[in-house]
Amino acid sequence: MPSSHHPQNPGWYGPYGGRFVSETLIPALDELTEAIAGIGTSEAYKTELNALLTNYVGRPTPLTEAHRLAREIDPSKKTIGRLFFKREDLCHTGAHKINNAIGQVLLASKMGKTRIIAETGAGQHGVATATACALIGLPCEVYMGAEDVKRQAPNVGRMKLLGAKVIAVESGSKTLKDAMNEALRDWVTNVATTHYCIGSAAGPHPYPELVAKLQSIIGTEARAQLMERTGRLPDAAVACVGGGSNAIGMFRGFLAAASVKLYGVEAAGHGVATDKHAATLTAGRVGILHGSKSFVLCDEGGQIKEAHSISAGLDYPGVGPEHSWLKTSGRARYLSATDEEALAAASLVARTEGIIPALETSHPIAKLGEIASEVAKGIGRPATIVLCLSGRGDKDLETLLARCLGNEAN
Amino acid sequence: MGRIDDVFAKRAAEGKKVLVTYLCVGDPDAERSIALALACAEEGADVLELGCPFSDPSADGVAIARASQRALARGGGLAETLEVARAIREKSDVPLVLFGYYNPLFVRGEQDAARAVANAGVDALLVVDLPIDESTPLREACAVRNVGVVPLVAPTTKLDRIEKIGLFANRYPVPFVYYVSMTGVTGGAGASEVLGKAGEEAKRVREVTKRPTVVGFGIDSADRARIAAEHADGVVVGSEIVRRIEKDPKSDAAVRELVRDLRASL
Repeated sequence: MPSSHHPQNPGWYGPYGGRFVSETLIPALDELTEAIAGIGTSEAYKTELNALLTNYVGRPTPLTEAHRLAREIDPSKKTIGRLFFKREDLCHTGAHKINNAIGQVLLASKMGKTRIIAETGAGQHGVATATACALIGLPCEVYMGAEDVKRQAPNVGRMKLLGAKVIAVESGSKTLKDAMNEALRDWVTNVATTHYCIGSAAGPHPYPELVAKLQSIIGTEARAQLMERTGRLPDAAVACVGGGSNAIGMFRGFLAAASVKLYGVEAAGHGVATDKHAATLTAGRVGILHGSKSFVLCDEGGQIKEAHSISAGLDYPGVGPEHSWLKTSGRARYLSATDEEALAAASLVARTEGIIPALETSHPIAKLGEIASEVAKGIGRPATIVLCLSGRGDKDLETLLARCLGNEAN
Repeated sequence: MGRIDDVFAKRAAEGKKVLVTYLCVGDPDAERSIALALACAEEGADVLELGCPFSDPSADGVAIARASQRALARGGGLAETLEVARAIREKSDVPLVLFGYYNPLFVRGEQDAARAVANAGVDALLVVDLPIDESTPLREACAVRNVGVVPLVAPTTKLDRIEKIGLFANRYPVPFVYYVSMTGVTGGAGASEVLGKAGEEAKRVREVTKRPTVVGFGIDSADRARIAAEHADGVVVGSEIVRRIEKDPKSDAAVRELVRDLRASL
C-alpha cells in the first residue's frame, strides 16, 4: 500500500500538491507552516481547540444507524449489513466546515493575525468562518461568487448577521473558483496582517495538510464509535468530494486500515459526458490550479473549465491533492452522481430517516447501492458502511422543494 | 537569451535603463496584438512581454484580468500567443518574454511547451504562479533550447531565496530578475517612495544574483518609471498599456505616446 504522506517531502502526496503561487505568498506559507508545527502542536492550542469543539461545536457528533434507508436500498440484506451516518450535520452551523474554521481562526489569532478572509461556494464555509471570527473576535471578509450569492441567500444573510462582510465576486463564472481567485488577490495584498482561511483540503502547502488534520476528527471519532457499536472496523467509508475536506477527514480515520475501502463521490451534474459537471477526479486531468498540482477540469489549452453541480458546495473544477494521490495509488475509489440522482437520494433520506441532508451529501447517498454491491462482492458478505453526512439541507431547501416536491406534484 | 543579454548590455553601456512593456495577447485580437507590440518596440520598448491569457489570473488586477477574459472569449490562449510571437519575430529582433500562468504550459507538457516557445522565437518565460522551488522541470526543458525562465522576487522574499536564484542562474538561463515592487496584484499605482525603495531593493537583488533586475507593478507613468529605475536595471509597464488598449482598441496612438514618454524618462 503506497503511503499517502511523504514526511521527507512535505506538501506532496505522491506527485500531487506543492506550492504554485506568487512569490509574495511564499513567506506567508512558510510562516503558517511554522505556526502549525509550533503553536498547532502546543498543549495550550490543542486544549483550547478541543474545549471549543466539545462545548461550542458539539463534538463528538453522533453516529446514527440508518436502518430504514439501508432496507430501502437493499431489501434483500445481501449487500448492506449495517449503514451508519457520521452526523456532521449536527455540528454548530450545520456542517463539518466549522471543525476547520475554528481550528484555523484560533491558530491565526495566536499567530497575531488581525484579519481573516475566506472564500465560499455554498456558503457553509463562509458561515463557519464568520462564526469562528465572531467567537474569537477577529474581523472577517468572505468572497463569494455573485451567482452563489444569489442562489445561497440564507447563508449570505447568516454571514452578515454574524458580522462578516460578504463580497460578491463578479469576475469569471461568478462561482467558487472566482471567489478563490479574488481571495488570493486580497491575501497577496494584505499578507502581513491577514490569514486566508481556505475551506477545503486544497490550495498550496500547508493548507491541504492543515485542513485534513483539522477534519480528521471526523474519521477518528467515527472509527472509535464504530468499534464501540459493532466491535470492528467498517468495510467501507464513503463521503462526497468537491474540494474534498469532509472526505479526507473521514478517510484519515481509516487510511492505515487496508480492509476499509474508501469511496469518494463527485458531482456528475448533468452527466460526465456533458460539459456540465464537477467530476474532477472522474473526468479531469492533472493540472495546476489555486496553488497545487492535482486533478482539474481544464481544456487542452490549459484553461480552467467552469464546473456545474446542483450543489454549490461541489461546484469546483479542482480537488485537494491528497485525493488525486488516493485515486492514482488505488487506495480510494471515486464515483460520481448526477444532479437528479442526488435529488432523489435527498428525498429518500428525508422520508426514511427523518434527516434532510445537504445536496453535497446526497451524492454519495445516491451511490450507496452501487458501493455496497461492490464491497459485499469483495468480502463475500453484507458490508458495514459508514457515510459522512457532511451537512444539513436547510440551505438547499428551496432547490429541494422545487425539484423534489415539484416533480411529485406532476 | 542572447537577445535579452544584449539589450541589457547595450542600455547599461549607454547609461540608460531597460524598458519592458506588457500586453495581453488577443486583446482585442491577434492581428492588433502584433501591431501594438511592434508599435511598442518602435517607440523604444527594449523587451516585449506577451501576456498569455489565462482563465484564472489570480495574481493580476482587474485591467489584465478583463483583458484575459476578452481574449479567451474569442478563442485566445497559448496557441494564439505563440502565433503572435512568431509573427513579431518575423518582423523584428526585439526580445520576447512570454508571461503567463503555469497550467497552459504544464498541460502541454514542459518539453513540448519549451520546444514550441523556442520555435516561436520567444527568448524567455515568466510564470507568475511558478516559484523557484517548483520550477526545475520547466527550467531544464527550457535550458536545452536556450530559453530563459525569469524568476520573481517580492518585498516579502527572504535573502536565502534570493541567493537560491543566484544558484539557479549558474545552472539555467536567467535573463533577468523581476522585482515585484509591492505586495499586491498588477494594476495598482505605486507611491513614489515605494517605487524608489523597490528600485534600491532591486539593486540589492542584482548584487546577490548577479543578474539584471527590473522593477514591475505600480508603474503607470514616466515619472514613476524614472523613480523605480533610478537604482534598478529597468522597469516593466503593463496594466496602463492594457487600459489604453481597452479604451481605444482600434488605435495605437495612446500606447505609442505612453511608451515614448517612458522611453524618454529612462
